[in-house]
Amino acid sequence: MDKLAIDPTLSTIQLSDVFALALHHRFQWEEAQQSYVILFPEGMVKLHGGAGEVIKRVDGKASVGDIVSELKAAFPDATTIETDVIGMFDMAYGKAWLRKV
Amino acid sequence: MTQNSLGESAVQKAVQAQAKNNGVAANITQTQPLWLLAEVTYRCPLHCAFCYNPTDYDKHTQNELSTEQWIQALRDARKLGAIQLGISGGEPLLRDDIEDIVIEARKLGYYSNLITSGVGLTEKRIQAFKDGGLDHIQLSMHDITEEINNFITNTKTFELKKKVAAMIKAHGYPMVLNVVIHRYNIGHMKEILEMAEALGADYIELANTQYYGWSLVNRSQLMPLKEQVEEAERITNEYRAKVNGKMKIFFVVPDYFGDRPKKCMNGWGEVFMIVTANGDVLPCHSARVLPNMQFPNVRENGLEYAWKESPAFNKYRGDSWMKGPCVTCPEKHNDLAGCRCQAFLLSGDAESADPVCSLSPNHHLIEKAIEDSKNPVIASQPIIFRTDKNSKKYVAGDQERVEQFHALP
Repeated sequence: MDKLAIDPTLSTIQLSDVFALALHHRFQWEEAQQSYVILFPEGMVKLHGGAGEVIKRVDGKASVGDIVSELKAAFPDATTIETDVIGMFDMAYGKAWLRKV
Repeated sequence: MTQNSLGESAVQKAVQAQAKNNGVAANITQTQPLWLLAEVTYRCPLHCAFCYNPTDYDKHTQNELSTEQWIQALRDARKLGAIQLGISGGEPLLRDDIEDIVIEARKLGYYSNLITSGVGLTEKRIQAFKDGGLDHIQLSMHDITEEINNFITNTKTFELKKKVAAMIKAHGYPMVLNVVIHRYNIGHMKEILEMAEALGADYIELANTQYYGWSLVNRSQLMPLKEQVEEAERITNEYRAKVNGKMKIFFVVPDYFGDRPKKCMNGWGEVFMIVTANGDVLPCHSARVLPNMQFPNVRENGLEYAWKESPAFNKYRGDSWMKGPCVTCPEKHNDLAGCRCQAFLLSGDAESADPVCSLSPNHHLIEKAIEDSKNPVIASQPIIFRTDKNSKKYVAGDQERVEQFHALP
């Protein structure tokens, strides 16, 4: 998981928050890019592996805390998962790729 | 059709995301045609004075690609990495197979966008698009007044556009509006933004006219004053702060009033590929104006050849083709010497610096164009609307301004 520039102590994201992909946004694997992408009107963002792993688990049901636990189990060697995941949600919500459910 | 509406913002966003690398790598990998624009027809019920389509479009209205040829092109482009699809024209809804194209696009995993004037959009068709998986519809609007809308498009389409906007919203589509800005509506910026907000727009692009095709012919009649552009931008910024992200507002700055040219198409053959109504494959909307260039055509070669091997797509990749002052300019990678078409159309030399650049030896041509637009004698010449009749005259080689009499509003 990549280092994030966001300070988690300033984050408004709670572990109990539940997110879904914003309306009119689509998340998919792009073979040609070898990465996950989010598509929206006239735009696309390409996600790093770590960010892709987070967004992949966003389904309108799992809470941020659920996703953190799941990723901790999937990547036991990574040490900063909670900080990274919260940072990722902060950014994705800030950029309106996600909506709160 | 507006040139600005065709995805430059897609690239801008990808590039922005790259710059702010918070877990998001948007680095554009070695040239892939991420954006495919399908200009499926040049036929159009509107006659907009600012249309960027070629003035000789009439010769491409009888030899359009078939449905099967379009579907093959979608498949081939997808293999090359295309992901955003724009279905444009002319007015794409003049074809009755857009439904089939939409279904195939969804199947292939494109994020698809119908770019339309709204003329020809019915309840039945929009339902079919929704069912087929069309992702969004971009509607062109012209002004808040019926008078200017009908004048600049040379049609009576004002009421229809409002109805279509409501229909798009009712079907759960994001409301994406595009407004081309010119002398006749630049004074209405606040009212246009209010209209967009009232219609429930999610995105609005305020695209200052760029001068290609019909808009170049009408340049002196369309160009606003620099002070008007600055005021328009100020109002836009204020409005953007007021809506606070609820409606995304893009203001496309007109290059004539800048010091440096735009990085046209984000680089020649870098991320955009256009397939035109007759199957020509182009790296930019107006590339066919360039001399001594032979563009590939899907009827003869596949898109892979066009993108990777064709001499036309390779001609202006990188910077080895540049001349002075660009070739030694420390800023050359910011803008890649600007727009090849604009360089050729204004100076006669496609490889020279875009005259928009203040360092270009041809920059006086831009200053002259701005002066001409303020000259009441030149600016009061009648507008030449984008009509089949006028286009036929261009095809026949009649480059003189066509006689047409339309009272100014």
